[in-house]
Amino acid sequence: MITREQVEHMANLAKLKFSEEEIDGFTHKFSEVLSYVEKLNEVNTEGVEPAYGVNNHIQVLREDVVQEGLSREEVLQNIKENQYGYFKLLKIVE
Amino acid sequence: MDITKLSAFEMRKKISKKEISSKELVTAHFNRIEEVEKNINAFITLNKEEALKTAEKVDEKIKNGEQIGLLAGLPIGVKDNIVTKDLRTTCGSKMLENFIPPYDATVVTRIKEADGIIMGKTNMDEFAMGSSTETSYFGPTKNPIDTERVPGGSSGGSAAAVKSGEVALALGTDTGGSIRQPASYCDVVGIKPSYGIVSRYGAVSMANTLDQVGVFGRDVRDAVFMLSAITGYDKKDSTSFNNPEGTIIFGSFPEEIDYKDYLKGMKIGLPREFTYEGMDPRINEEITKSIKMFESLGAEIEEISLPHIEYGLAAYYIISTSEISSNLARFDGVKYGYRAKEYNTLDELYINSRTEAFGEEVKRRIMLGTYSLSRGYADDHYKKALKVRTLIKNDFDKAFSKYDIILSPTCPVLPFKLGEKVNDPLAMYMGDLFTVPVNLAGLCSMSIPCGYVEGLPVGLQIIGNRLKEANIIKAGLGFEGGVKNGL
Repeated sequence: MITREQVEHMANLAKLKFSEEEIDGFTHKFSEVLSYVEKLNEVNTEGVEPAYGVNNHIQVLREDVVQEGLSREEVLQNIKENQYGYFKLLKIVE
Repeated sequence: MDITKLSAFEMRKKISKKEISSKELVTAHFNRIEEVEKNINAFITLNKEEALKTAEKVDEKIKNGEQIGLLAGLPIGVKDNIVTKDLRTTCGSKMLENFIPPYDATVVTRIKEADGIIMGKTNMDEFAMGSSTETSYFGPTKNPIDTERVPGGSSGGSAAAVKSGEVALALGTDTGGSIRQPASYCDVVGIKPSYGIVSRYGAVSMANTLDQVGVFGRDVRDAVFMLSAITGYDKKDSTSFNNPEGTIIFGSFPEEIDYKDYLKGMKIGLPREFTYEGMDPRINEEITKSIKMFESLGAEIEEISLPHIEYGLAAYYIISTSEISSNLARFDGVKYGYRAKEYNTLDELYINSRTEAFGEEVKRRIMLGTYSLSRGYADDHYKKALKVRTLIKNDFDKAFSKYDIILSPTCPVLPFKLGEKVNDPLAMYMGDLFTVPVNLAGLCSMSIPCGYVEGLPVGLQIIGNRLKEANIIKAGLGFEGGVKNGL
């Protein structure tokens, strides 16, 4: 079972906000899904390595050479507010 | 002759023989789109002006006797979670309603290099989370076979567009069945390639260790044709396979495919675990008939056991939602995407932007993933699921040491009515029962039409080992040949 408090805590971690009603709904639907996934506890996984992916874990590094990237204009073309070629955010320091 | 009904392969032949021009072909498809789109809603954004311009360029190349690409002049749909430079890419979400990508995904670059024509961006469940295309911010897509029913999802727009002749070919993405299930529901062929053979660069990540870009076509040859144009190593995707050996052999096809030769001596495993109580028995009947056809064409069929497969769905939901919660953290209202109008602190900017722009299913999965990764639960949930993933992968490895392909239904249920399951997430998730293990193990798989139940299509899933696309293609061509010849 999952409690309302846990749902609220998750929402806070995930940077999401819900109404009281939505929290109730979530708590219910969430419990349903969680009780289903608890099925995994039936499996004996002692000594089994976790599979983070399916390919061999080879870290691919490119040569450290300068390449042409996106222009500043292109990078900023989708933001709501910009100023002097930067992301514009709230003033944090007075 | 209605040229929108030809196979992509035939269209391509007619174009190279100058029997039709690409502009004619593209225009015919836009006319078709105009005719059916109000009932189907397969597209979020159309690319008409640019498509016609590109078609003219292709025609010019042909006229001048220049070399043309594999997909020259063909009308193609691209799922709206694959970025297209200067063409809006929404992921079916309010979050990206106005997002104009500054670059092309590698698969899009490859289509363009092959002279393919991008007709528009196809509808999908929001951020590819769903199995019905009903969670799209831009309204649901309808199944062209029965418009009261869903086309499946999340790549429902691509499947419906191919089925209804709005495009000849389409790209989709498949994280847990999002190509195969809509292919099954819309009576077309869908291929989810092995993890790593098609670049994910520019495909918006949902669950990055499971996501694969794949294809739709109205027959096997068309789907393979499209796949061959987009596969290959990409240095921009660190999970891309570098020149894999023995992966896909195609590029050219014999004029007449002798379907009878493909299945001779092929070793096929039938997992006894691929069934569950909610399974529609009429689907089983169609699958049984299909298996008999494989047998009559010379395949050797044996029952096999994949003992951990029944835990696939549970493992999938933990792993995928964990990756989702991380991948969707990037949507913060700052760099791109929706930004809330009202906020007083930076935290409020994040919270309000995300809360206002994500739909319910997306929030639900972010929440579940956050839970699975949070302190105190990560070992119990996330790590446990990854260990089960290893066991599932081992089950398949063992099976494929003896068998060439594995057969199963694509879906345990028929296409359902719009609204029927959207509020019952668990019932919706159960539909992915047979498809998710393939993603967990990084295998390749095809859904191919195999019969009808009361006019509704049934899909057969053909699963192959990693990088053994050749096997599922042979099986698909052999089976399809059998169906066409009335076996």
